Amino acid sequence: MALLSKKDANLILDPLADNNPITIQVLGICSALAITAELKASVVMALSVLFVLGVGNVVISLLRNVIPSKIRIIVQLIVVATLVIVVDQVLKAFAYELSKTLAVFVGLIITNCIIMGRFEAFALGNGPWKSFLDGIGNALGYGVILIIVGFFRELLGSGTLFGIPVLGDPIRKTGLYATGYENNGFMIIPPAALIVVGIIIWVQRSRNKALIEEA
Amino acid sequence: MAMNTEKNSYTVIFAAVMVVIVGSLLAFLASGLRPRIDENERFEKQQNILYAMGVNQNEDEGSVNFIPTDIVEEEFAKYIKKQYVVLGTETQEREEAYLIDMKKQLNIIKNGDEAELPLFIGEKDGKEYYIIPMYGKGLWDAIWGFISLDKDMLVQGVVFDHKGETPGLGANIKLRYFMDDFTGESVLDGSRISGISVVKGNNDPLNNNKEDNEVDALAGATITGNGVTAMIKETLKLYKPYLETIRSN
Repeated sequence: MALLSKKDANLILDPLADNNPITIQVLGICSALAITAELKASVVMALSVLFVLGVGNVVISLLRNVIPSKIRIIVQLIVVATLVIVVDQVLKAFAYELSKTLAVFVGLIITNCIIMGRFEAFALGNGPWKSFLDGIGNALGYGVILIIVGFFRELLGSGTLFGIPVLGDPIRKTGLYATGYENNGFMIIPPAALIVVGIIIWVQRSRNKALIEEA
Repeated sequence: MAMNTEKNSYTVIFAAVMVVIVGSLLAFLASGLRPRIDENERFEKQQNILYAMGVNQNEDEGSVNFIPTDIVEEEFAKYIKKQYVVLGTETQEREEAYLIDMKKQLNIIKNGDEAELPLFIGEKDGKEYYIIPMYGKGLWDAIWGFISLDKDMLVQGVVFDHKGETPGLGANIKLRYFMDDFTGESVLDGSRISGISVVKGNNDPLNNNKEDNEVDALAGATITGNGVTAMIKETLKLYKPYLETIRSN
């Protein structure tokens, strides 16, 4: 990549695979379980975190030399909460429909451990540009997993994608349902997300043995 | 570094400055955007009321399509003939009764005082619709909506919304396939005004039986469904004295 040096590019690419916030760092699990019952919610959540983490990392990075270390966690929390509220209010005024979709996630974004984790682990010790890339990379890594999980849970649990039926009508027994196929109700409850995330972790580690921790 | 960021005095000053900056930023933003947000909320209420009486842009199947916000005010004025507040069996005409907050009124009732319950009379193709706002509790947070009845106490349409029900589960109460099931159901149990129950396993997923006061529940959303049942029952109980006067006419 000509735009980014190799080191910078790795800041974005690493969290997508070998240093994924969900499957490797095991952060942000709570929201991954809570909102992945449908694909649309996964995408909205991924985009929200992308924005908050990208901007938040830059803000924290710019402030890193003036933040008193004793209250740094509180300062980080204020930055996240402010960003989320600003986004929420602006959407409410200018994109009301979208804001209603997002309302459910506001609390989940503020408490997402990936955000606090990246502020603490990266933005406090690096410059704004690097922090921005790190934020984007981690948010994308988080989003990718969310979308994969959302895809399988919505497809197997409800037979739809983005709310559009793709397997036929389960009540009138058309399409795939005519053959006796049934939606798996288990997929739409949160424990199913844990299992899907577990399978992703398994697949990823069996492809790259270096990721397996010593027992 | 010029400053000693470890000193207590610095920490206190930093915190104070941060609070002032963030506080004023948010206050400024909130008051600046307030009029637009209020307007959006007003349009939403109008859209919902019209939706409940069947004034919407729904196609035969698919998603919920409200009247667009740019014409909702004209349509609202056209279809909603009267706005009342209901006090027992009496009604009082009230302009902009639709802006009354149902949650506040329910709190007033809980405190034992007399509340002003809004009710709207819509007219479409010569038929009258009695539209009632509802407010209740789902699994995580508030749920609300509107129900429209004709004078035989048959449901003409409902609309639900929620604050924080689980996406893909309880949040589906605002989808067509759930809301459409209520249309045509009677809220009468025998001759008594009762409500409609959201039930599991009524062996009627297509809701062909309109006589049973029951609609099919959503998978994985038992508590939200029970919340909807309770919300309809509680609301109708409050409006019962007035609804009885319509029936006897």
